[in-house]
Amino acid sequence: MNVPADLRFNTSHEWVRLEGDIATVGISDHAQEELTDVVFVELPAVGRAVDAGDPTAVVESVKAASDIYAPIGGEVVEVNPEVEANPALVNTDPYGAGWIFKLRVKNAADVESLLTPEAYVAQIS
Amino acid sequence: MSDLLKRSPLEAAHVELGAKLVPFAGWNMPVQYTAILDEHSAVRTKAGVFDISHMGQFLVSGEGALEWLNKMLANNVAKLGEGEGQYTFLLNGHGGVIDDLIIYRTGESDFFLVVNASMIDEDFAWFAKHQPESIELRNESELWAGMAIQGPESAALFAAVCPGETLPPRNGISKTSTGAIVCRTGYTGEDGFEFFSPAEEGGEWLKKFVAAGAKPCGLGCRDSLRLEMCYPLNGNDLAPDRTPIEAGLGFFVDLEKGDFIGRETLAKQKAEGPAVKLVALQYTDKGAPPRAHYAVLSPEGETLGELSSGVHSPSLGTGIGLAYLPAAWTKIGTEVRIDVRGRQFPAKVVKKPFYKPAPKA
Repeated sequence: MNVPADLRFNTSHEWVRLEGDIATVGISDHAQEELTDVVFVELPAVGRAVDAGDPTAVVESVKAASDIYAPIGGEVVEVNPEVEANPALVNTDPYGAGWIFKLRVKNAADVESLLTPEAYVAQIS
Repeated sequence: MSDLLKRSPLEAAHVELGAKLVPFAGWNMPVQYTAILDEHSAVRTKAGVFDISHMGQFLVSGEGALEWLNKMLANNVAKLGEGEGQYTFLLNGHGGVIDDLIIYRTGESDFFLVVNASMIDEDFAWFAKHQPESIELRNESELWAGMAIQGPESAALFAAVCPGETLPPRNGISKTSTGAIVCRTGYTGEDGFEFFSPAEEGGEWLKKFVAAGAKPCGLGCRDSLRLEMCYPLNGNDLAPDRTPIEAGLGFFVDLEKGDFIGRETLAKQKAEGPAVKLVALQYTDKGAPPRAHYAVLSPEGETLGELSSGVHSPSLGTGIGLAYLPAAWTKIGTEVRIDVRGRQFPAKVVKKPFYKPAPKA
């Protein structure tokens, strides 16, 4: 199971990469494997303000729809049009081309409350 | 709850082969092995094997069995020669569907019925309630393990696993020298057969089919495969308050054969035209996968009905579904919208089925 050491994780399987005050969000390798083939991604509107825990995007496999929650509060500043056109990127490259949205975070320190890679590995094993 | 789940005789083999098991119709069944799209594609291009041990098997025999079954079922049993099967319906007094099933004639007065998992007890009680003394009715559902081998390579797989045996012709039934019942039918649109072995031998047979090249498949792709063919799912697309005429399955109803339970309603609907019809809807563009119970709206936003089934079609790469709509909205090409959590995706009424498999051997 791929759990990169430079990311933080939400208990609901989103990952966060914080660069300055911009947090990139996607779903973990474990989550994409559980969901299996992603066939549709519903992206949030750019400019939308979200609190940590808000359902912000939807990822759908053949079998079910899953909400993707904002792991941290902020404003949606960018979404990934590539996953809308090719939802399978979420499966094939969950930490790279399969990212879902970017937030300008309110408080970068909030990221510290998310799971470390070690804690996330413990959760999913 | 999990203690109440029924266990397939193939369960140990599924676990060994890496299936994900989930509760389905009271049974702990594999939903998928690897991924639904993978398994779907294997059945369309090569061959897959499904566990159908949860389905029920009834035996009916005795003098007058044919005449009695013809009163109980909507299709005409008299059209069956020995070794032949047909799709039919068990109806209530109002012509509503209790269950859809396949009946095979195995002898002059001997019949083998394959019914839906969730309906075994109810179907059996309905048959038993109307059973004349001269007719023997047996529920053998516990005795048989069932597998469906489906896909263009399924005949070759049969030859590999059962050397020297003959596959029955399409819609036919036969028995192998090892005592397995083989029915040349299926629920995917592809060539294939259903293989019923004594329950205790099931796991070994499953492993033999897999070893010969059948991809083990779960119920997830069984649903996408059957929906691409517009094959109805009882409980979703068929229900006690919907008739086969409304479901567009009048071909499997014989109004000329004499009286049968539910006939009056069906004859009236056929003569007058049903007020609602089950139509096939397909997205006109990409969209979130449609699913059962999502609302179907007119382009102006008026609610017309809801989806009885819906799925992202792996073969077409877009959303497909079935819905009962008022007759005025059922013409091919009619534009509608499907509501997915408040977002509306344009769809239109299309000809059934959604997908046409390659010609069968």
